[in-house]
Amino acid sequence: MRINCPLCGLRDLREFSIKGDAVALDRPAEDGDWHSYLHLRDNPSGETRELWFHGQGCGAWLVVHRDTTTHAIKSVTLAAETTP
Amino acid sequence: MRYNALNILREGLRGNRGWRPAWRKPEPRGSYDIIIIGGGGHGLATAYYLAAKHGLSNIAVLEKGYLGSGNIGRNTTIVRANYMLPGNSEFYSHSLKLWEGLEEELNYNVMHSQRGIINLFHSDGQRDEFARRGNMMISQGDDAILLDRGGVCEMLPYLDYEQTRFPVYGGLYHPRGGNARHDAVAWGYARGADSRGVDLIENCQVTGIDIENGQVTGVQTTRGQIRARKVGIVVAGRSSQVAAMAGMRLPIESHVLQAFVTEGLKPCIDHVVTYGMGHFYISQSDKGGLVFGGDLDFYASYAARGNLPMAEHVVEAGMTLMPMIGKARVLRSWGGIMDMSPDGSPIIDRTDIKGLYLNCGWCYGGFKAVPASGDCFAHLLATDQPHRVATRYRLDRFETGIGLMDEEASGAQHNLH
Amino acid sequence: MRVVGKGRVDRDAPLNFTFDGKAMRGFQGDTLASALMANGQKLVGRSFKYHRPRGILTAGSEEPNALMEIGAGDDWIPNTRATVQELYQGLTARSQNRWPSLDRDVLSVNDLFAPFLGAGFYYKTFMWPKTFWEKVYEPTIRKAAGLGMLPQAHDLIRHEKAFAHCDLLVIGAGPTGLMAARAGAEAGADVILIDDQTEPGGRLLSEIEEIDGLPGWRWAREQAAELRQMGVQIMPRTTVTGAYDGGVYGALELVGHHLAERPEHLPLECFWRITARATVLAAGALERPIAFANNDRPGIMMAGAMRSYLHRWGVVPGQDVAVFGSTQSARRTARDLVEAGLNATLIDPREEAGAPPDVRLIAGAQIRDTNGRKGVTGIHLTTGRMIPCDAVAMSGGWTPSVHLTCHINTRPVWQEDIAAFVPAPDAVPGLIAAGACNGTYDTGGCLAAGLEAAGVAVEKLGLRPSFTDLPKVEGTPAQDHPIWHVAGPGRAWLDFQNDVTTKDVTLAAQENFVSVEHMKRYTTQGMAPDQGKNSNIGALAVLADVTGRSIPETGTTTYRPPFVPVTLGAMGAGARGKGFAPERLTTSHASSVARGAPMIEAGLWYRPSYFPQAGETTWRLSCDREVGYVRQAVGICDVSTLGKIDIQGADAGAFLDFIYTNRFSTLKPGRVRYGLMLREDGHVMDDGTTACLGAGHYVMTTTTAAAGAVMAHLEFVRQGLRSDWDVHLTSVSEQWAQFAVAGPKSRDLLNTLLDQPVDNDSFPFMACGTVRVCGVDGRLFRISFSGEHAYEVAVPARYGDSLFRLLVSQAEAMGGGAYGMEALNVLRIEKGFITHAEITGRVTAFDIGMDRMISAKTDCIGKAASRRPGLLDPARERMVGLKPVDSGDLTAGAHLYPVGEKAVPTQDQGYVTSVGYSPTLGHSIGLGFVHHGPERMGEELRMIDALRDVEIPVVICDPVFVDPDGGRARG
Repeated sequence: MRINCPLCGLRDLREFSIKGDAVALDRPAEDGDWHSYLHLRDNPSGETRELWFHGQGCGAWLVVHRDTTTHAIKSVTLAAETTP
Repeated sequence: MRYNALNILREGLRGNRGWRPAWRKPEPRGSYDIIIIGGGGHGLATAYYLAAKHGLSNIAVLEKGYLGSGNIGRNTTIVRANYMLPGNSEFYSHSLKLWEGLEEELNYNVMHSQRGIINLFHSDGQRDEFARRGNMMISQGDDAILLDRGGVCEMLPYLDYEQTRFPVYGGLYHPRGGNARHDAVAWGYARGADSRGVDLIENCQVTGIDIENGQVTGVQTTRGQIRARKVGIVVAGRSSQVAAMAGMRLPIESHVLQAFVTEGLKPCIDHVVTYGMGHFYISQSDKGGLVFGGDLDFYASYAARGNLPMAEHVVEAGMTLMPMIGKARVLRSWGGIMDMSPDGSPIIDRTDIKGLYLNCGWCYGGFKAVPASGDCFAHLLATDQPHRVATRYRLDRFETGIGLMDEEASGAQHNLH
Repeated sequence: MRVVGKGRVDRDAPLNFTFDGKAMRGFQGDTLASALMANGQKLVGRSFKYHRPRGILTAGSEEPNALMEIGAGDDWIPNTRATVQELYQGLTARSQNRWPSLDRDVLSVNDLFAPFLGAGFYYKTFMWPKTFWEKVYEPTIRKAAGLGMLPQAHDLIRHEKAFAHCDLLVIGAGPTGLMAARAGAEAGADVILIDDQTEPGGRLLSEIEEIDGLPGWRWAREQAAELRQMGVQIMPRTTVTGAYDGGVYGALELVGHHLAERPEHLPLECFWRITARATVLAAGALERPIAFANNDRPGIMMAGAMRSYLHRWGVVPGQDVAVFGSTQSARRTARDLVEAGLNATLIDPREEAGAPPDVRLIAGAQIRDTNGRKGVTGIHLTTGRMIPCDAVAMSGGWTPSVHLTCHINTRPVWQEDIAAFVPAPDAVPGLIAAGACNGTYDTGGCLAAGLEAAGVAVEKLGLRPSFTDLPKVEGTPAQDHPIWHVAGPGRAWLDFQNDVTTKDVTLAAQENFVSVEHMKRYTTQGMAPDQGKNSNIGALAVLADVTGRSIPETGTTTYRPPFVPVTLGAMGAGARGKGFAPERLTTSHASSVARGAPMIEAGLWYRPSYFPQAGETTWRLSCDREVGYVRQAVGICDVSTLGKIDIQGADAGAFLDFIYTNRFSTLKPGRVRYGLMLREDGHVMDDGTTACLGAGHYVMTTTTAAAGAVMAHLEFVRQGLRSDWDVHLTSVSEQWAQFAVAGPKSRDLLNTLLDQPVDNDSFPFMACGTVRVCGVDGRLFRISFSGEHAYEVAVPARYGDSLFRLLVSQAEAMGGGAYGMEALNVLRIEKGFITHAEITGRVTAFDIGMDRMISAKTDCIGKAASRRPGLLDPARERMVGLKPVDSGDLTAGAHLYPVGEKAVPTQDQGYVTSVGYSPTLGHSIGLGFVHHGPERMGEELRMIDALRDVEIPVVICDPVFVDPDGGRARG
């Protein structure tokens, strides 16, 4: 698998680690629905948005739009520039 | 027909024409008392125990592919009862006891081999963690022996004790642990359930779950509607999709775990060996292949296959631990879809919908659980009460934080296990 | 035997080798298989289950029978295909899976019991008595099973791994691949051409066929030379093993297997990771055996393979050859044998069949059985005729090598006109299958297909396709008529390696194992080292027949990588010994080693366990002494392995408030504070101190183990949750060497090195600041992990070594010295300070008595989840101190039970996490977690460590054993 880091270009999977569903960006307020945020997942068989960290590269957190059945990557954006 | 040496002899002499189908191929009926969605190991075991222990036989198991087409046929076949936390400890202890009587129970040789598992440790801190685990195993009535380096060396002379990156300090030895022939477990339960009247329906995909006034009434399938007042979802790997048919969102993510087997070799590895520092474990199948695996690829996937970086990492771990295997050749690599729960432990529970029951979240440890999972889920389906060894596998534990079972101590949150 | 005038081996370069101890001769250019054939060695192996005598079946990596152990003495490589192994001077080969010898194999008795050993028989027996499975049945089965033997010694062979990148990867250097590579290179693409043979040409090497007026093999050789000129990287002896996501392929190069003496610089094998923007798959096709009774006898082989042996190596397995098939391959084999002066009889089931000139034809017949135990001696035809022969060539048809196109989940599609599965279009993104692997078998068609595929590929690459001319080829595509199996009473082999016959497939179906996966798993067909390359489609056809379905309805099993088996040594190259993970060394490493300190692993780091001195016979003596240094004088410890993160920006304080449970925005410059960090799930993630060096400038320390995870976490919070804040993070872990200077004399020691001495007023407890250490700009932190008056002094890493030596020598002069991890651990337990032994992922702030550190006012990571009822239950296992009631040693990992109760899980009160002997107190102490812990001070429990056979009464106490009011650290 290769991920097109917006800052570094197309790089091998080995440079990245993953945090999981990009729902992590939608952090609730203190009295929000934390159970949904932390635990419940759509877990789609198909397109998903997830967070990857370019730890062996530029250190950017990325939102990767990927298909969980084909592993095809549709788009990659910087988490810092992504509105939840 | 009973399976035994005499019948093999008799059939052999008669051209093996008398062997009957291991299970029937029934057409689905319009209604059942209980429908089990998922004809994998857990689903088949559930059906078996419903029939064998609770005397219920008006049951259908609906399988979208062939029986045992999921992780029961893709795992690395390890059977053990070496858990530490309350909830897991009693459950897996119960499961191992069921394993120990499984061949007799099913009249099917699942080749359960109690060859012993050795979990290696590589620091004083790891030894202490394993000691805590081992002491829990002993208090649970299971067996555990703390080996020092010399003790490991005696049992596993082929490890690299001189140069390996993370030296071997010792190991936690679980003599009753071992492995089994995975497919045979599915087939044995299938045959046992079928012979007790359970309808095992292959190529029957559930497409909808019918609910009226908060009560399950049946399912829609690719082979028509089937009615039932009780429906059990046992579809690890696909739990989120099936639960969504009932409007539920689960605390589950699906991940890929790779596994590997080498060409057949004469006996060289006699135990199951795990190497935590390298996320590597290995055993040798009775056929001679070295069966090994490692960690998740860590990204969500339904593709049942992984990528090279983790595959290489796993092999690299093997090479630093036991360089002997360098001359063996990987014959096949594959991936399974893991039903990952936030704390790494499973869920066997009722849902908010009456008559709808859930068995999921087996992460990468479902194989050894098959007998107890079937027993406990059958108990829940039959009695509406959790089995005494599965009281902690609650769906609401993540919301309440009560009784979280983070066996790996890496956190009760997705993507940490 | 050799055929005069045939083959391209170098007859001027004879080579000696041995097989099972027998001296034999071959030539340079031979494979082990061709050399064995030349020496008349028909029997080369034994089958897996029935130990049937077996000969060479194929000429490629798909070979199921001729698997051998290559190598001498106690160093050999098992399961090596003789068909792939090139011959070299002195090669030693040994047959396997036989005892005592290949000729007389005791277990061949299994063959007599075959009626009782059919598909899945073992599921039905070996169950009584129960204890016999592990003791009798399984050991016997294991010994009988398996193929080659793995040497028990460490594998010290040198392998390598490498990466390659290209525009166009062409897999297979047959006519298709050569054309594709040419078209790609001419269009300006950067091309890699991979082929598993020693020379390019593929099928052309084994045929009498002309291209552009040249013999095919010569045309291929010239093409390859031109391609090299054009910059194409040709990789011979290399097999692409797997297709992965994103245009990534694995490949195995056999670098040194063909060399008698491998130069030091060459690996034996190299595992390649190739990233290609586009790929043309030209992997060819494999010929399919025909299942007739006793079709597995030595001397029976694939028709195409027989031509390979004849044309490439000038050998044949016999003189009187029966050729069975209704394919062009069968006809060519008969033709070429006759042309080479041998006898060939073509047996074609079609009444209307024709034959090449001079070939004896028996039309309208099939082979229904064969004779000859260790080598075929004759065949029985369905017409009733018996024909003597000493070899049989069979050709059931071709199976395209679609494997790589199926590695990322696509299944192949059935093409009725050629009765074969071909790749689904776009099965692998960026990969185009062409030629025989795509169902085009004639040379002219392959050349055109290669050209066309490359044209499509280069256009996708954004290049202009070249106008490459298509070479001229004679002949037209021939119609092949597949033969799957010949009905009859005998056992007809499908899977030669796993001994699966048509009867097994029939039995499986009879027992309702009718799904193709069930059939495979029940019979083990396709699960042997050839992974069904020779048998999958044939078995499918039989299953389809038995179940009354078509082949496409029956479906295929899943194709999985690797395409050919890959040694673990190659796939894990570089990892043996210390290569598995990087070794991180502190600046004081050499100095610590010089002092005799055993270095222990701490994550990727190495840290000194203790510093032994003369006369100290156990680590405990050293540890006790080192603890004494810190408690009574001064000790030095390298703490550089802790993570250090530099945090700057206007919002840095607010950021830390959000990261930690407690407030840092109120921390004044020049001050340090302890911080507790939660994960979002409300459990403790890490702890450490953070120093405020100036307005909006902090340095955070993390534990050694969590440094990487904390950095990623902080970056996530910064970029993902607080991207509008002005805060910047830099890991400076390796920039600073940092040493703890701990003990009552710590300040005295430091003042001998600091340009500007410090005192308690200028540098009170939890102060920090920049200092000059012997003229070098450094940092000083007055923090203590031992409870003593202590500092941590940091200098740029390049001064670390000299500062450490200086500190230690100064300390020694003051009655102290260096201390290691053992002493560090005792010192922190004496103070009740936690490490990852306590803060595992399961532990909450509440459990360690720090829940009040969670700010009530502001939100922080983990705050909401930490308030779940289950995380605040007083009954949770919470941290306490533990000490023996009388004497004895606590052991970490022991569990705690009420006095007078059984040691069962329902009575479990908790467990011990950290223990040590406190030389300060003169007894064993420990930390542990107990239900309701802090509410039970003074209560007695039984500590039971059944693993180590220890049982002592312990008492729950405050976890701070030494200096509970903390006066020493402030003093």
